[in-house]
Amino acid sequence: MKRYIARRLMQGVVLLCMVATIVFFLGRLTGNPVDLMLAEDATAEDRAALTQTLGLDGPILDQFAIFVGKALHGDLGTSIRMRQPAVEAFFDRLPNTLALLPWALLLGMLLGIPLGVVAALNRGSFLDRTAGTVAVLGIAMPSFWLGILLIFIFSVELGWLPSGRMGGPAHYVLPVITLGAFLVAGFMRITRSAMLEVMESEFVKLARIKGLSEGVVIWKHCLRNALIPVLTLWGVFVGNLITGAIVTETVFAWPGIGRLTYEAVIYRDFPLLQAVIILKSILILSINLGVDILYAYVDPRIRLT
Amino acid sequence: MTSETVLEVRDLHTHFFLRRGVVKAVDGVSFALRRGEVLGLVGESGCGKSLTALSVMRLLPKGGARTIKGEVLLDGENILEHTPAKMREIRGRRISMVLQDPQTSLNPVFSIGDQLREAILRRKRAPYTRASRAEVTREAVAALRRVEIAAPEQRLDQYPHQMSGGMKQRVVGAIAISGEPGVLIADEPTTALDVTIQLQYLKLLKRLQAETGMAILFITHDFGVVGRMCDRVAVMYAGRIVECGPVRQIFEAPSHPYTRALIASVPTMSGPVGRLATIEGQPPSLMDLPVGCRFASRCSLAEQRCLDVYPDTVRVGEEHTADCWKVVPA
Repeated sequence: MKRYIARRLMQGVVLLCMVATIVFFLGRLTGNPVDLMLAEDATAEDRAALTQTLGLDGPILDQFAIFVGKALHGDLGTSIRMRQPAVEAFFDRLPNTLALLPWALLLGMLLGIPLGVVAALNRGSFLDRTAGTVAVLGIAMPSFWLGILLIFIFSVELGWLPSGRMGGPAHYVLPVITLGAFLVAGFMRITRSAMLEVMESEFVKLARIKGLSEGVVIWKHCLRNALIPVLTLWGVFVGNLITGAIVTETVFAWPGIGRLTYEAVIYRDFPLLQAVIILKSILILSINLGVDILYAYVDPRIRLT
Repeated sequence: MTSETVLEVRDLHTHFFLRRGVVKAVDGVSFALRRGEVLGLVGESGCGKSLTALSVMRLLPKGGARTIKGEVLLDGENILEHTPAKMREIRGRRISMVLQDPQTSLNPVFSIGDQLREAILRRKRAPYTRASRAEVTREAVAALRRVEIAAPEQRLDQYPHQMSGGMKQRVVGAIAISGEPGVLIADEPTTALDVTIQLQYLKLLKRLQAETGMAILFITHDFGVVGRMCDRVAVMYAGRIVECGPVRQIFEAPSHPYTRALIASVPTMSGPVGRLATIEGQPPSLMDLPVGCRFASRCSLAEQRCLDVYPDTVRVGEEHTADCWKVVPA
């Protein structure tokens, strides 16, 4: 297990280097931030001066070398727009996103997993087909559209819930639903197919031969096995959530790292963009590692080999 | 039905209702299992042996299988009429089953001890306190020891993937008999095991049967195993039992042409080496069964009567019956 974790950490480092390289060069393809920062009638001298201040004047490979050198010391640069260390800006906003994600994940699991079990138990029934339709909708609806739709219905028309910004519990409802919708659908579909497979197993037959109640057979013997594929996708879903937060936080004016990413792109804030993407990658990688360790806990075949 | 009989199946019909037709997998099966005996149920693959067993357990596979007719009398009560809740009471305690493939019969994410304790707890119905926990664990160890598993204390915490196939099948056996059932259905329990392990397992089953006095319905396609295990044997063909009688009589004087052909096709270790006898043709489609004898199309003795009418059950010996027009009643 220790060796396994060490190997995973090594892979993570390699992956991070690749992410850093890609985000550095890709960001610069969007244009020059100086264009956005200066007034339209600025002179060529103004432009040259600002370019130099921002460290954007040298050859791009030199810029990359400087970036890598600093990054190794934990310095991911200073945000051009906010004039604040990029890492600091990220960690200022991170708690706001972390306040949102667990609720979305919880919504996805508390609704998706039981729905999947019930759909599997009633395979082919009206209930199963309804749940399937809802799942397709949940996956197919883009979150910017769902978010705006929810705002339109619940904030504009009905006036029940606030349309954006952080605040009391009521402010959480719409963003959590928007973020969690695809998770409910995803968890439901995986749980359903995993349950259908497990329910046909011989060990389920043996559990019934023992005379166990249907409740124990389904929710203990079947579900524990069905949760293995569900857990595999947990890591993927958390990754999706963090990236999905870009759209949701933008729609709901939620001051988290998703919105920060959006702002970094829009303002061509290269140092901030680089920092945000790299730090998010670290976050996703560590969550995935955590999931793998959890996986070993659920499935003894992995734990003990 | 004599008082000796623990399980009697009468005219059992279990069909699969599929979109493309009705598969009559079990179509009029009757037999009786006596206290403390081993009854073999023999036949080729797909003749309805396993489905008969699952019908008795009322654990039919999903997807259109239904028992539409017949009675399953366990100690005289028709368990086909029981509610699902009542049926659960019976399973594991009065009638139990060992499945074919030990590799998949145990739940991979729970330890052997968990799965065994679950069965023991169900029988005891005691509240799960610390004291009862120790007691249950003691019983679980004893149960493993009874199926001849070495170092049972250590085995309790192991998972199925840490055990060999033979060992897993012993654990399945321990689970199946932990409720002290009067009837055990063994559905080809040794088919998936190595030949050497097979023999050990059969001896174990025999010993457990002698100790507990339970009756075993032993399903197999292997006549060699029948000779070793069974007191009586029922031969099944295309959803029906065609011949039934004491093992000796069936081996020495098989009456039904199918049984004769089946025994002739068992390879022997002695005697001259020649071509292995086979049965020409194929069993009829279970979706389109003939009106007459189901073996008629493959039978060398068949005549017009065999094709037209299904034969009556003929008594050929004191306890020996066969469904064939060509058999002379005793």
